[in-house]
Amino acid sequence: MHPAYSVIFFTTSSGAGYGLLFWLSLAEILVPGLLDRWPALAALVLALMLISAGLLASTYHLGHPERALGALSQWRSSWLSREAVAAVATYIPAGLLGIIWIAGLPEGMVPVLAGLSATGAIATVFCTGMIYASLRTIRQWNRPDLPWIFLALAAATGGLLFALFAAFAGAGLQASLVSVMSLSVGAGVKLRYWSAIDAEKPRYSVEDALGVPGLTSVRSLDPPHDRPNFVMREMGYTVARKHVEKLRQFVLINLFAVPLALVLIGALSGWFIAAFSLAILMATLGVVVERWLLFAEAEHVSQLYY
Amino acid sequence: MTCLPQSTDKKLGLVIDLDICVGCQACATSCKEWNTGGYSAPLSDHDPYGADPSGVWLNRVHSYEYERDGAAGTLHFPRSCLHCEEPDCVTVCPTGASYKRAEDGIVLVNPDTCIGCKLCSWACPYGAREYDHDHGVMKKCTLCVDRIYNETLEEEDRVPACVRACPTGARAFGDLGNPASDVSRSVEERKGFSLLEEFGMKPVNRYLPPRQRPAPPPEPAEPVAVADGSALETLFAWVDRTLSSRR
Amino acid sequence: MSSSPPIDLNQPVGDRIEKTTCYMCACRCGIDVHLRGDKVRYIEGNRDHPVNKGVLCGKGSAGIMQHYSPARLQAPMKRVGPRGSGQFEEITWDEALEIATGWLGDVRRRDPKQLAFFTGRDQSQSLTGLWAMQYGTPNFAAHGGFCSVNMAAGGLYTFGGAFWEFGDPDWEHTKYFLLFGVAEDHASNPIKAGIGKLKGRGGKVVSVNPVRTGYAAVSDEWVSIKPGTDGLFVGALIHEMFRNRTIDLDYLGRYTNSGWLVIQDAGAADDGLFARDEDGAALVFDTETQQLSNAMNPDARAAMTGARTLPDGRQARPVFELLAERFLSPDYAPEAVAAETGVSAEQTRRIAAELARVAFEEEIVLDRPWTDWAGRKHDKMIGRPVSMHAMRGISAHSNGFQTCRMIHILQILLGTIDCPGGFRYKPPYPKQTPPNLLPHGASGDIKPEMPLGGPHLGFPHGPEHLLLDEEGGPNRIDKAFSWDAPMSSHGLMHMVINNAARKDPYGIDVLFLYMANMAWNSSMNVPGTLDALTETDENGDYVIPKIIYSDAYYSETVPFADLILPDTTYLERYDCISLLDRPISEPDYLADSIRHPVVKPDRDVRGFQEVLIDLGARLGLPAFTTEDGSPRYPGGYADYIVNHERKPGIGPLSGFRGDGTEFGKGAPNPDQLQRYIDNGAFFEHRLDPSHAYFKHANRGYLDWGIEKGIRLSPEPTIFQLYSEPLQKFRLAGRGHGERQPPDRARERLERYFDPLPFWYPPFEGTQVARDAFPLHAITQRPMHMYHSWGSQNAWLRQITAANRLYIHRSVGDRIGAADDDWVWLRSHLGRVKCQVRLMDGVNPDTVWTWNAIGKRRGAWGLSADAPESNQGFLLNHLISELLPAKEGGYRYSNSDPITGQAAWFDLRVAIEKADGAGTTEPFFEPLGASGQPPSPSKLAYGAEFRKDGR
Ligand SMILES: Nc1nc2c(c(=O)[nH]1)N[C@H]1C(S)=C(S)[C@@H](COP(=O)(O)OP(=O)(O)OC[C@H]3O[C@@H](n4cnc5c(=O)[nH]c(N)nc54)[C@H](O)[C@@H]3O)O[C@H]1N2
Ligand SMILES: Nc1nc2c(c(=O)[nH]1)N[C@H]1C(S)=C(S)[C@@H](COP(=O)(O)OP(=O)(O)OC[C@H]3O[C@@H](n4cnc5c(=O)[nH]c(N)nc54)[C@H](O)[C@@H]3O)O[C@H]1N2
Ligand code: SF4
Ligand code: SF4
Ligand code: SF4
Ligand code: SF4
Ligand code: SF4
Ligand SMILES: [Mo]
Repeated sequence: MHPAYSVIFFTTSSGAGYGLLFWLSLAEILVPGLLDRWPALAALVLALMLISAGLLASTYHLGHPERALGALSQWRSSWLSREAVAAVATYIPAGLLGIIWIAGLPEGMVPVLAGLSATGAIATVFCTGMIYASLRTIRQWNRPDLPWIFLALAAATGGLLFALFAAFAGAGLQASLVSVMSLSVGAGVKLRYWSAIDAEKPRYSVEDALGVPGLTSVRSLDPPHDRPNFVMREMGYTVARKHVEKLRQFVLINLFAVPLALVLIGALSGWFIAAFSLAILMATLGVVVERWLLFAEAEHVSQLYY
Repeated sequence: MTCLPQSTDKKLGLVIDLDICVGCQACATSCKEWNTGGYSAPLSDHDPYGADPSGVWLNRVHSYEYERDGAAGTLHFPRSCLHCEEPDCVTVCPTGASYKRAEDGIVLVNPDTCIGCKLCSWACPYGAREYDHDHGVMKKCTLCVDRIYNETLEEEDRVPACVRACPTGARAFGDLGNPASDVSRSVEERKGFSLLEEFGMKPVNRYLPPRQRPAPPPEPAEPVAVADGSALETLFAWVDRTLSSRR
Repeated sequence: MSSSPPIDLNQPVGDRIEKTTCYMCACRCGIDVHLRGDKVRYIEGNRDHPVNKGVLCGKGSAGIMQHYSPARLQAPMKRVGPRGSGQFEEITWDEALEIATGWLGDVRRRDPKQLAFFTGRDQSQSLTGLWAMQYGTPNFAAHGGFCSVNMAAGGLYTFGGAFWEFGDPDWEHTKYFLLFGVAEDHASNPIKAGIGKLKGRGGKVVSVNPVRTGYAAVSDEWVSIKPGTDGLFVGALIHEMFRNRTIDLDYLGRYTNSGWLVIQDAGAADDGLFARDEDGAALVFDTETQQLSNAMNPDARAAMTGARTLPDGRQARPVFELLAERFLSPDYAPEAVAAETGVSAEQTRRIAAELARVAFEEEIVLDRPWTDWAGRKHDKMIGRPVSMHAMRGISAHSNGFQTCRMIHILQILLGTIDCPGGFRYKPPYPKQTPPNLLPHGASGDIKPEMPLGGPHLGFPHGPEHLLLDEEGGPNRIDKAFSWDAPMSSHGLMHMVINNAARKDPYGIDVLFLYMANMAWNSSMNVPGTLDALTETDENGDYVIPKIIYSDAYYSETVPFADLILPDTTYLERYDCISLLDRPISEPDYLADSIRHPVVKPDRDVRGFQEVLIDLGARLGLPAFTTEDGSPRYPGGYADYIVNHERKPGIGPLSGFRGDGTEFGKGAPNPDQLQRYIDNGAFFEHRLDPSHAYFKHANRGYLDWGIEKGIRLSPEPTIFQLYSEPLQKFRLAGRGHGERQPPDRARERLERYFDPLPFWYPPFEGTQVARDAFPLHAITQRPMHMYHSWGSQNAWLRQITAANRLYIHRSVGDRIGAADDDWVWLRSHLGRVKCQVRLMDGVNPDTVWTWNAIGKRRGAWGLSADAPESNQGFLLNHLISELLPAKEGGYRYSNSDPITGQAAWFDLRVAIEKADGAGTTEPFFEPLGASGQPPSPSKLAYGAEFRKDGR
């Protein structure tokens, strides 16, 4: 599949945003007061900015962004629509939280709103994952673990961001714990995913695609059109195996290994802020490449015809 | 709309006979020509006179080489939307722009509400959806919905443009939901098949396989043994006998 | 769940429909052009049309993009830079016509031979030929000489018809269809429809072709023959027919010269000619009376075997015997030819047996009484449902004429010409064998300001009909009808430019070309032709001083002309597809058709025929002026179509003559064009069912043909298994007769002018070392492209923007090349760099590519980096127009020795892998194209037809 930059940016940025929102909300419920009003607000604003930037970017690859509201309508069948609905819905409790904090209103509703925000964040990221996981046409995506990967990576990247805020608030150690956990889970699911898709055989052959009973050794003589068409450009993107290996290593190192190491160093040295900042930088690079690969490694059935 | 109709009154679709498709591209260009000015207008072309010409085509013709029962062959294979009974392209669509008509099963995109998110093209296993970068919406075979009911056309012309054009008669259009229709009967007779059905896809369109080439008859019998004399003399004797017997 | 959004299911296609004739190729299908305002909305097949019956091919359906091509010429132009630079100045039509009249008038006053007027696939030869006749130059022909003359002549000399456009298989009844060397052909839609029908009812299609694509892909059996060896394969089939005695003796007796006696008198001036009586009638031996008899005596029972003694005591033998001897020879046994043809003896024998079985055991009988030429009544029509068709795979070899004759002889032995289920003539065919139409333009006939005595092209019956100069050399610039190519009934267009540049046989002053891309895909040896077009003499003047060209688009040839007469597109003009030319008749119909302007030109262009008629009047050519010198057809081409009479009552169009009810013959009808337009742009007359078969010998058809002016003789057409005209040329080669060939030609005449067909290896293969050039190289027409002109079509070029060289997988393995790798392809003339694609469905000794996809930079409105010019290539760069020199140094044209048909497919090549990537070679300088509008960078054709405009 062709890795569209807008989609990569959208899923990584909003993923991190929802991750941050999730951890912030969880903290507000479980450890009220961990963050003061203004740092909490800052974290919330950052989360919403990442989310919004992502959502905005996602409209970039739309042919008609001005009609984007229409995407809210088909939640009964479309994961993309559900994602849109969940995303919009999440703005409500998150926005109310912001209003409470900005206006300094009584905080009685905060746990409820935080609970709703966290649920919204999970739901939205889950829906994002399901957009891809529901496609029968791409075996690398059409897997039950795909939404969990999205969730885990959102939690990991958002977790690092939250850790930075927590570090400012002096809760660096606890935040480190959360980050180590979420990064490890992320690394785990991702490794499992890769070995699973590598082990799996392609589901379809060109003989299946043509369907003519009894045909063997089918090969394309002439494509319908000389130059690549939309379907080939969009669905036919591939990377060489050796590049895949390199890129996977890059992801493992930048998204998981280095941030984990940095978090540990931070925890041991107490230089939380520097460690988390650096980890965030590395993980950002890592997650972008991870997302690029997720597309580039995905094989679409339609390409059997070419 | 994105939800699928429980069932459709008809299952309109195409039946394509691979036994006589010569790969002439008439179905592809007539489709382009009809639809670039029709329901889906336009089907844009990029760099039409340059290095990398490409455009929106709702029907494309492939060619393959293959083997079957030890014999080799060449196959021309036209491919367009198959108007699936339970099309993923419809269920994934966030806007409802993509829909399946309850009355006849035709799968269409509403160009006025499509946001151009391309998700439906990812969901279609057959690569049958084509994004129009210029128009910003998804396009696909409409089964020539603006021809097949068009009362401004003569009744016999109310068939898809590709069917109307196909010089060999390899394309037929009709109701595959009705077992008595011509198309259903030809599918029945010729053991028509569908694409990727074993993987849970339920396309309406059917293909007819290349006919099994008749097994070569046994070696021709040697001519009546040439008793004596050369083949020439035998022939001449036969000619003389035959001609004089006709008298 | 909500319901579907409302959509307008009843939008009218356009606001009007104009019916006219397609010209995306020469098949000439009827089309319905739907127009919205002045824009073309949609083009579809005309259901009522006799040719396509409603269907339309890939090209025809892309007509919109042809019509709106950015490469359309805009206005008349005069060259201002050097040839090839593309520097032009736009001029007015007045100026253009004045220049042309000046050049042409001057030549006509001095020496009309100094004009060479050659045209492409324009379908207005009855007008262009008349014009050239009136002008008085011998140098006129169309493209047939490099295209199909082997088929036309092979057929017309044998059975008075031809595959080509003159006949069709009986698609309704045939059960077995043998197709030789056809990828598409002119009957593009009819063949497709026919194959679909035939296979639909369980008939069998056999394709003899080195390549398994298109028709061969859907055939039930593929014969992967080695190029140029069909004569051996067919010879082996004939061998089997004789050996198995599966021949239709009655049919032979009735319709052929199989019983005619051939004089056996070695060394005599009439050796090998037919024995004739005092009146010149051929003789047979009547077994009834045991005497010689006029062959046309219907009561005679001609013996087919046995030598007979003539009154003068000499021996004569019937044709049948000679024919049987030739083909029963072990040389034509399936085993003997297998190595050369690449077809196994088993396959050949089986196909022979199947042909015979279907012909004789699956006989079909139509209950249709008819009367034959001798007045004998038959109560039914017996059909042998085996049909054949052949085209350039046979035609484009230097042994094509004889091979084509051999195929016809196979058909005749099986009794399958114009019988139900067989191969059928289209009216006005058949003609006499050979047709009673002689070429004109010998030296004595050419006089300043005088028309020629008759049409240029015809069918010589012997040396007496050659067009020679005083010294016995060629009198035509292309050397047609000379000893080099005696029976070149369509001329040799492929030789014109090169002969003119070499002044061999002489130089010319004006080269006038119409609708042929001679600087590119229709020339053999493109680099050589470009040199010829730009060759200068010692003064620096061009050796071909003046070139006038009419094209509709900016093709590769335009920049080499000095004066451009821009034509209209096919939707903008009148055209006349006439029975006098290459009609659109079908076996059951006499038909002709027109084009008429359905869209107004938005440029300063004029239909070429219009311009030619105007020039004719300006030059004062008698047929184009009245007595007082004023133009005879002030109304232009439309006026000519309606009012011109070739003979009294016979004009360009056969339908709606006189008061509108007459056809064939009748007075001009001022309403004729409107009647055609109202009738869908064509006229058809369905033949009386009793005339529909056995037309060559059908009394009713023959009489009707004379009545309608399509036939000259009430005599039947007798199939010439043995062709006497060939023997006459051969006798001249042996030193008999007044007209004597140069000595270098004698051996050719002796060897190739065999009155019975035979196979000989194509020339190029015998003149280059086989191991140095081990592969055959051929082209195929893509079904979706028409020669060079498809590439300007924004839709069609998306399908094929660059061609590959297709090679057999084993060849790829041998040279280590995979798909898309670059290779060098070398012939004795030069080399081409191109990319390969590996396949299995090709004869392993053969490589091939799609024809005419390669383009020169700067032409056709394509950008300089278009794949057509960077990756696309032509085999033409490798094909020589001349054969390598033999002893004596004379270089014959690379053509069939009998008809002069260009031998495109004789090409022999070697292949090797090239280093790295790159672009195709040879590299030609980009052509300039001043004055042409820029091509758009995107298209959204039809957006304007959306209701809301977007
Ligand atoms: N779409 C389309 N239609 C066209 C044209 C076009 O350019 N495009 N051109 C028109 C013109 S001008 C012409 S002349 C006709 C020609 O129509 P065709 O006769 O169909 O011409 P080609 O495409 O050259 O096909 C020649 C075929 O002969 C095969 N062949 C080559 N050598 C041999 C041989 O030695 N033996 C046998 N048995 N087969 C051989 C080739 O593989 C190829 O399939 O088509 C006309 N129709
Ligand atoms: N290698 C190889 N070469 C071949 C062949 C082959 O099989 N292999 N086939 C040969 C054969 S059979 C043929 S017939 C030739 C064909 O070759 P050409 O006769 O050169 O055919 P086209 O390329 O179609 O070019 C004809 C010219 O007509 C122009 N034209 C198009 N429409 C109009 C119009 O309406 N009016 C005017 N005035 N001009 C117009 C086009 O722009 C183009 O310049 O190619 C020959 N060359
Ligand atoms: S038009 Fe008919 S024969 Fe031609 S490619 Fe399409 S289906 Fe095949
Ligand atoms: S073929 Fe593809 S586009 Fe057509 S209905 Fe099926 S899934 Fe949808
Ligand atoms: S591109 Fe259009 S039709 Fe396809 S899923 Fe998106 S909104 Fe629906
Ligand atoms: S039915 Fe209509 S839209 Fe579909 S492929 Fe045929 S012509 Fe194209
Ligand atoms: S075969 Fe095609 S291009 Fe040729 S005249 Fe017919 S429709 Fe037009
Ligand atoms: Mo041709």
